[in-house]
Amino acid sequence: MIGLGFVYALAGAMFAAIALLSALDRANPRRFGNAAFWGLMATSLLAGDAIGAFANGLLVIGLGLLAGLGMVGRGQPSGPGPEERARSAEKFGNRLFLPALVVPAVAILGSLVLKNVMFEGHPLIDPKQITLVSLALGALAALAVAMPMLRPPLLAPLQEGRRLMDTVGWAALLPQALAALGAVFALAGVGDLVGRLIGEVIPLDSRLTVVAAYTVGMAAFTALMGNAFAAFPVMTSAIGLPLIVGRFGGNPAVMGAIGMLSGFCGTLTTPMAANFNLVPVALLELPDRWAVIRAQIPTALVLLAINTTLMYLLAFRP
Amino acid sequence: MWILIGLAILVAGFVVRLNPLMVVVAAAVATGLAAGHAPAAVVAELGKAFNDNRLLSIVWLVLPVIGVLERGGLQEQARRLITGVKAATAGRLLLAYFLFRQAMGALGLTSVGGQAQMVRPLIAPMAEEAAAGGHGAALPEPLRRLVRAHAAAVDNVAIFFSEDIFIAFGSVLLIKAFLDGSGHPAAPLEISVWAIPTALAALAVHGARLMLLDRRLKREAVKSAGTGA
Repeated sequence: MIGLGFVYALAGAMFAAIALLSALDRANPRRFGNAAFWGLMATSLLAGDAIGAFANGLLVIGLGLLAGLGMVGRGQPSGPGPEERARSAEKFGNRLFLPALVVPAVAILGSLVLKNVMFEGHPLIDPKQITLVSLALGALAALAVAMPMLRPPLLAPLQEGRRLMDTVGWAALLPQALAALGAVFALAGVGDLVGRLIGEVIPLDSRLTVVAAYTVGMAAFTALMGNAFAAFPVMTSAIGLPLIVGRFGGNPAVMGAIGMLSGFCGTLTTPMAANFNLVPVALLELPDRWAVIRAQIPTALVLLAINTTLMYLLAFRP
Repeated sequence: MWILIGLAILVAGFVVRLNPLMVVVAAAVATGLAAGHAPAAVVAELGKAFNDNRLLSIVWLVLPVIGVLERGGLQEQARRLITGVKAATAGRLLLAYFLFRQAMGALGLTSVGGQAQMVRPLIAPMAEEAAAGGHGAALPEPLRRLVRAHAAAVDNVAIFFSEDIFIAFGSVLLIKAFLDGSGHPAAPLEISVWAIPTALAALAVHGARLMLLDRRLKREAVKSAGTGA
């Protein structure tokens, strides 16, 4: 049966190749930092189940230290220059979007169709993980379309993958680390405690007050930290799961999806989210630091109200 | 009460701009220790939680093909498409970009667009030009800044409220991993469909505001024409 193991092996092989290419990149002064970082990532994906919990813990701490001590740089593999890319864009036109469309198309079609494919009496693909397996197949199918079309060097997918991974850098691991933090919070009982504390301040005795406390809390906490991913484990273990899902029987998928989007409303209002709100101020040479945030605040507030209403209406449908 | 130390580290670390990945790891370790678990047990708890959440990192499998397409001129083609848009007003041009950016985000192409790649070189100047077109003269400086700020805002709002429709976006998988881990398993598609109502609401709300921006630009144009300024 093909399951997450296949997907992890594929991703692990990709990160291993990126680590190797990083180590060979003499142009990057921090090449061994990059190689170590992506190498640890590859180890986690390829061997995470075999090395045990304690070794995985050391691996996470290693990743945190490499990132925190600034040992990860950015490799710049050589590729075609702007003029060559412009010529290529002229030649291929909108066909360039086609391989990109293959990824979601295969992911969604695969989820629907491959469900019923049997092999020697067993499902060929683990039904619980069918979307993620289909996504991996979609990424491979897209490459199979793009490579004959564009005819780049054979190593180009890995070198370009490395270029983009280095651009994302340590932030690539932030969602996974935050999900792990959420699990650690749950083991320590953080959610229960915060829920109790909030309950002493606001009466959390109706669906509406609970939903509003969660959505507004997500927005406020996100604005404070500049990152909705970081606010999500905290607010969801404090209010979302124990109250909206636990006490009032709300739908967890609706709660999670709209809760995250409420956090994004907070991102629109805060200078802490520098990449989105301060970098463009500098890029556009605006004298007022708050100019972009000011243009976003009305939309953010209206959408927060709409998100609260949507969650109230959609989460408790029978 | 001490178990809240992780929250304090998280907030303080983000506020003083330490590396967020390191802050998150430190917050996890401190929380486990504060809960009275032995150091080796804390490391193991963190390791198990990290290993259980590996599915979050498979979104990166799409980067090689995106990189190959960028090598083949994907960004340049997106620019060509945008510069081909004929819009009579700044608001309508920004609305067209809003729709384009949302469509790309829903397909997982978050890198097509962006402040440095699209807004600064293309969207902001095109919006300014459209706004000045209604004037028949150079745009007064405060209005020029207003249009530029709105160009940046459109890029942010459109991508925030569309990327979650793509099943393999990090936040969808973060939600999935979190729900799976707490005993409420959910499929990525079940989560991502609930991003669609908010995406449509964002289009309606921000679209309406862009139309209001057009009216304001027109009003100011009449005013400055009336005074001969």
